Amino acid sequence: MMNSSGRPTHPVSVNGEDPSETFSGNRGLAQKEDLIFEIGQRETTGVDLPAPEDQPSRLGDLERTDEIGLVGLSEPETVRHYVRLSQKNYSIDTGLYPLGSCTMKHNPRLNEKMARLPGFADIHPLQPQSTVQGALELIDQLGHWLKELTGMPAVAMSPKAGAHGELCGLMAIRAALEAKGDGRKIVLVPESAHGTNPATAAQCGYQVQDIAATDDGRIDLADLKSKLNENVAAVMLTNPNTCGLYERDIQAICEATHAAGAYVYCDGANFNAIMGKVRPGDVGVDAMHLNLHKTFSTPHGGGGPGAGPVVFSEAVAPYAPRPFVVQEGSTFRLVEDDADAPDAMGRLTAFHGQMGMFVRALTYAMSHGADGLRQVSEDAVLSANYILASLQDLFSVPFAGPCMHEVLFDDTFLKDSGVTTLDFAKAMIDEGYHPMTVYFPLVVHGAMLVEPTESESKASVDQFITVMRSLASDAKSGNNDRFVGAPRLAPTTRLDETMAARKPVLRWVPPAGNGDAPAQAAE
Amino acid sequence: MRYLPLTPGDRKDMLAVIGADSIDDLFQDIDPSVRLEGLVDLPTAKGELEVERALKSLASRNVAAGDVPFFVGGGAYRHHIPATVDHLIQRSEFLTAYTPYQPEISQGTLQSLFEFQSQVAMLTGMEVANASMYDGSTACGEAVLMAHRLTRRKKAVLCGNLHPQYQDVVKTISQFNDTQVEVGPISVGAESTILDKVDDQTSCVVIQNPDFFGRAQDLSKIADAVHDKGALLIVVVTEIVSLGLMKSPGSMGADIVVGEGQSLGVGLNFGGPYLGLFATRQKFVRQMPGRVCGETIDSTGKRGFVLTLSTREQHIRREKATSNICTNSGLCCLAFTIHMTLLGETGLKRLAKLNHQKAGRLADALAELDGVDLLTPVFFNEFTLRLPKPAATIVDQLAGENILGGLPASRLFGANPQTDNLLIVTATETNTDQDIANFARAMKETLS
Repeated sequence: MMNSSGRPTHPVSVNGEDPSETFSGNRGLAQKEDLIFEIGQRETTGVDLPAPEDQPSRLGDLERTDEIGLVGLSEPETVRHYVRLSQKNYSIDTGLYPLGSCTMKHNPRLNEKMARLPGFADIHPLQPQSTVQGALELIDQLGHWLKELTGMPAVAMSPKAGAHGELCGLMAIRAALEAKGDGRKIVLVPESAHGTNPATAAQCGYQVQDIAATDDGRIDLADLKSKLNENVAAVMLTNPNTCGLYERDIQAICEATHAAGAYVYCDGANFNAIMGKVRPGDVGVDAMHLNLHKTFSTPHGGGGPGAGPVVFSEAVAPYAPRPFVVQEGSTFRLVEDDADAPDAMGRLTAFHGQMGMFVRALTYAMSHGADGLRQVSEDAVLSANYILASLQDLFSVPFAGPCMHEVLFDDTFLKDSGVTTLDFAKAMIDEGYHPMTVYFPLVVHGAMLVEPTESESKASVDQFITVMRSLASDAKSGNNDRFVGAPRLAPTTRLDETMAARKPVLRWVPPAGNGDAPAQAAE
Repeated sequence: MRYLPLTPGDRKDMLAVIGADSIDDLFQDIDPSVRLEGLVDLPTAKGELEVERALKSLASRNVAAGDVPFFVGGGAYRHHIPATVDHLIQRSEFLTAYTPYQPEISQGTLQSLFEFQSQVAMLTGMEVANASMYDGSTACGEAVLMAHRLTRRKKAVLCGNLHPQYQDVVKTISQFNDTQVEVGPISVGAESTILDKVDDQTSCVVIQNPDFFGRAQDLSKIADAVHDKGALLIVVVTEIVSLGLMKSPGSMGADIVVGEGQSLGVGLNFGGPYLGLFATRQKFVRQMPGRVCGETIDSTGKRGFVLTLSTREQHIRREKATSNICTNSGLCCLAFTIHMTLLGETGLKRLAKLNHQKAGRLADALAELDGVDLLTPVFFNEFTLRLPKPAATIVDQLAGENILGGLPASRLFGANPQTDNLLIVTATETNTDQDIANFARAMKETLS
């Protein structure tokens, strides 16, 4: 086919070869980029430092005499290397990122600017407390926002991520029980839970028992009640749950759990759906972590760092870990010592938590305010339901809506098409979208969990819906071409994950014959 | 609200498509008895200008390390970070990407992780490294759990000179994991005797090098002794720049090396976010916690990278996972690897030497003051002094003169006559000769 200037609109063969194959390995703006070890040199450095003076070493024969094997790049080479690498990543700033349960919302740049103020970024965790009063007040202020939003009386700020928060919450619950001489051994977890929940319970010394789900995708209250007994320490649930549904029976669940002498841990990964609509403290939750990197917009950074403060009920609050901030008159003080907090269940990390994330989260919370945060939840839920309404005739919906901030599909609609959920996801990449979360939650077959967040315009969501509908229609029509072998237009085609796991190559080693190859034992 | 693209008209149209009368219809699953009608008791939305003013006011009430002579370490170190590092980590494609679950559109993150793992393995003298943990202290806790799994034993022995907060983290984890911890005596400037605590139930010995007081030591003999008892040696490095000048833990017999990587690329940040380094032997890799990136090929045979060995992890193994960890410290790890790439072998070695020299000069200047003793003559960039008065008082007085003059041991050991007069002092390449002279002069006046 030719365009109006008489030029071909599809690649044609040049002398019988694929024209997308180039001499350089680059493909237009898509630059091939080798490893630093292949482009750098041992003697190159991109940092100018004064030459050390001759001065006696105090290390004697502890000084290293070997070559480490590192290479350096000059500043221009470094900039180019990482800019080229960055261009191989999809990001929220690139486009809609509907990764269910991960809450890929816009990351405001004011947050970044505030976190870089030297008064926050360039202070040491152990400098005298009199010289960091503003930092301690900031931690206290953010804690106040989190307590008000959740209706819970206490907060532990130090956990470093969601899973770390889970550990914090369950440890405090175990400490609260043990303080009463109660050595319960079991934690009940719904089948739909994030994998971190059972892993956390195990790391906290508990045995895990599943709770069954109802046909409408929620916790089966009768099953829960039948499993509650004097050996159950806690029920660990997620609300809204991982199917994107609000647990209608949450109050009854909490009441039954408390009546059995156990506590309720809520995974707060989906708190972004209910801010200003309902407070976990009012329904009876005893401990819940908040993912500041989801609900409060701190950047995901390619996989962290996050932050997972935990809010607590009166009953569990005394066992929350050190350190914590207290206000004494106009002074803020960190309680760090065992002697100062005898009931505290211990310490989860060195220092005081993810200060850089606290600054960003408070900036986000203050920017939105009580009204804006409620609007955030409403818009997130509205967009998800809009997608549900717009796709439900072509996709299969395992549980009837309304949903909360994310909508779950299963792969029934792909039955007999020869297209799997994974193929569908990879075809979305060719369409310029990051795929939704796939194969999670485990309670439906071939799950596709779509979370648009409040950051998308209606035009953006409409375009996404159009593409999703086209893909579904195409798959159903028996036309598999665009699915099998996708992605074709990404920086790489489908990668062999099985090979990577069977013969793990986890680091670079110099090519054989180089003489200075570090010994690498075979597994 | 500037971050919310939907207009009132959009919302109306979308509700119509859904077939809902109002937004409240979508929240009907919430029991009316707990559904909030009004706003929660918090301030309402603010513009950029107002928010910035409020945050700046809080920031202005902190003394930034860069504004004063600054000598505090104790597990977090102030180094110069090249401008390039912060610029590159703020590239949208790095900053606002998720965990690289879809490798075909995450090669930027994945390749940088592979390079990071290679650098960490080289630096520590180990065979493999993971893609980082939350921080040094949690990495230390995870290393102990890994040693328990590998040896099927349940007791960890911690050196008394391990960072007290790291000890605290390990003890807390062990308390809830129903395993045991024994701690050796505090021994400032000397080897803490711990081998007598190692028995046939001991899975590992945890030693920090240089230790919390700054003392550097050769661990080879201890490694042999620990191995003779069938236990593993975990070495903790809180100042990773030290490995530019010192022998690697791997070369001294470590089985697992954990470290705090904050020194490179990350900055002080009042204690977080940081990044935990975790390296070990290839044969232990299937018991290693945390994310790990590996090399593979795509369907055309081209090299690419993926997250791998996920059968260890919670999203596959659930309660049987090696750890509940679900993330790494991605952006901090990117900052680390960029800084490391800029330095290279030549730059890192020079940086380490400069640190050692600055600290040496500072130690000489302070140790010649009346009543001041240097307790750790073999050190890298941090050392411990015994003062004739309680160190906390001295540090507060120095702070009054706008000098952040070290870390009183009592901040971490609590009231303990053995440590009350101990001051832990650090110098890095960021300290000028003038800073050092000012500190020595102020210390002299404060002590007199």
